[in-house]
Amino acid sequence: MRRASWPLWLASGLLYAFLYAPIVVVIVFSFNAARHGGPWRGFTWQWYATLLDNAEKLAAARNTLVLGTISTAVSTVLGTMLGYGLSRYDFPGKRLFAFLMYIPVVIPDIVMAVAMLTFYSLARQWLGLFELGMTTMVLAHVTFQIPFVAIVVRSRMVGMDPSIEEAAHDLGASSWQAFTRVTLPLILPAVVAGALLAFTLSLDDFVVSFFTTGPGASTLPILIYASVKRGVTPDINALSSLIILASVIGAVVPMLLQRTSRSRGEP
Amino acid sequence: MRRPPRTFEIRFGEQLTRAGQIARSLVTSGPAIGWVTILLLVPLAGVMFTSVLSRGPYGEISPVLTLGNYKRLAGFGLLGFDPQYPVIILRSLLLGAGTTVVCLLAGFPLAFFIAGLPGRARQVALTLVVIPFWTNLLIRTYAWQLLLAPDSWITRLAAALGLAEEGMPLYPGPFAVYLGMLCAYLPFLVLPLYTSVEKIDWSIAEAAADLGADGPRVFLHAVLPQVTPGMVAGMILVFIPATGQFVIPDLLGGAKTVMLGNAIQQQYGASRDWPFGAAITFVGMVVVLGGLLVQQRVARRGGGPEAGEGLL
Repeated sequence: MRRASWPLWLASGLLYAFLYAPIVVVIVFSFNAARHGGPWRGFTWQWYATLLDNAEKLAAARNTLVLGTISTAVSTVLGTMLGYGLSRYDFPGKRLFAFLMYIPVVIPDIVMAVAMLTFYSLARQWLGLFELGMTTMVLAHVTFQIPFVAIVVRSRMVGMDPSIEEAAHDLGASSWQAFTRVTLPLILPAVVAGALLAFTLSLDDFVVSFFTTGPGASTLPILIYASVKRGVTPDINALSSLIILASVIGAVVPMLLQRTSRSRGEP
Repeated sequence: MRRPPRTFEIRFGEQLTRAGQIARSLVTSGPAIGWVTILLLVPLAGVMFTSVLSRGPYGEISPVLTLGNYKRLAGFGLLGFDPQYPVIILRSLLLGAGTTVVCLLAGFPLAFFIAGLPGRARQVALTLVVIPFWTNLLIRTYAWQLLLAPDSWITRLAAALGLAEEGMPLYPGPFAVYLGMLCAYLPFLVLPLYTSVEKIDWSIAEAAADLGADGPRVFLHAVLPQVTPGMVAGMILVFIPATGQFVIPDLLGGAKTVMLGNAIQQQYGASRDWPFGAAITFVGMVVVLGGLLVQQRVARRGGGPEAGEGLL
């Protein structure tokens, strides 16, 4: 590969600055003592402190964490099974289903959101099920998380040396034993990476939550949206900075995980 | 009578009949496929069906079949021809296409830059693209309200350079929307494009140069065809969500730039006309599927992976 020339360095530097400008400005403003954005009026922790006194924001934070944790747990199990099943076994119509499972990845989130809203309200009308709220949000989040977990797990399965599993079966392991003792430990970095990805997606989601939630079950993105519509306040910057921190951890940790497993000489 | 021999296939050391494979698929892939089918694929079909129903007097869905929603979407409402919705559709498509073009212009230099870095620096540069990608879109969007506020240094710089009027905020407006869109979708284009740029066989470009091709022609005929699969994958990943995007136009565009996403939200929210909202959604979905088909066709011609296969 060719070395970059200086105009390329300059353009790329500007683009990185552009990508990070919004993130930096939110973090900087979260420490700004000025009440209404604008010029720098000194450093303060005040806005973080006020978050702790705000019952509404704390409840939204708790909802976001509960939603993220439950949906990630369910989608990691289902997505791992899907990724494993699709890469190991054939069944009629597999290509079609593999394609259909890809739909949540590419569809605009608003389309997904209204589809689920329609489903929930019809189910409520006819079956009396699915009162909009936490449960419906969890079900919705799992739906868009599953394909992402499956993609990460499957890409790891494809790169795996089949002889290891073959050896397990040749030595008399049952399918279940071969999976739990041999395959699962080998794909564990991908499962963990998939789970973190799923959690980050849940944390990031605004549109699907906005449509599938009910009264009383607000999440942090919904709360931020409502506040932004009213006008940004400094404590929203503090809240956003904490979410950014969580996302950065969620983005960097899987990469470190995959790198350490690679440097150990695994495929 | 001889029974036909049972056919086995050895898969990863396991001897499996066809039925055995289907049974194992049912246990492993089955639950997830069932989940997504019931909670997303069937509801999508439901949305399609709703779009030919009518709105009742209290905003409920009334089971009266009609094509009125599509007529209204095409501009033929009760009060004669009104181009409001055709304009919204067109504007959304333009926003999607415009965002794709802007992302291409910015994404090419960035992808070539990253691919040209030595090993470890390349990993860092890639990670730096991924981090904003996973940072909340809503937060990054409202941050542009802060950055483009009337008293921010960016606005003052633009005014000093004569690019904007003194004291005028740069948002709300189309400029702010495009900035927000580029910021949101650049990683979607750069990441797949990079995977193609990394694999470029530069000896082909050198051969083209040796045979007398000038710079632009080398790029067009010897480099561009090699990165087509990644470029097309990235373009689709940008175009589809950008066309349906509603948070960015909502927060940065002001009231004058209603997009498909906002129109859908309005029908499902304040206006409570779900059948009409469903019609708008369905048209949006047609755009999505059309885009996927185009991608598959182009990628197949370029010898790249198909849309679904590349990821799942």
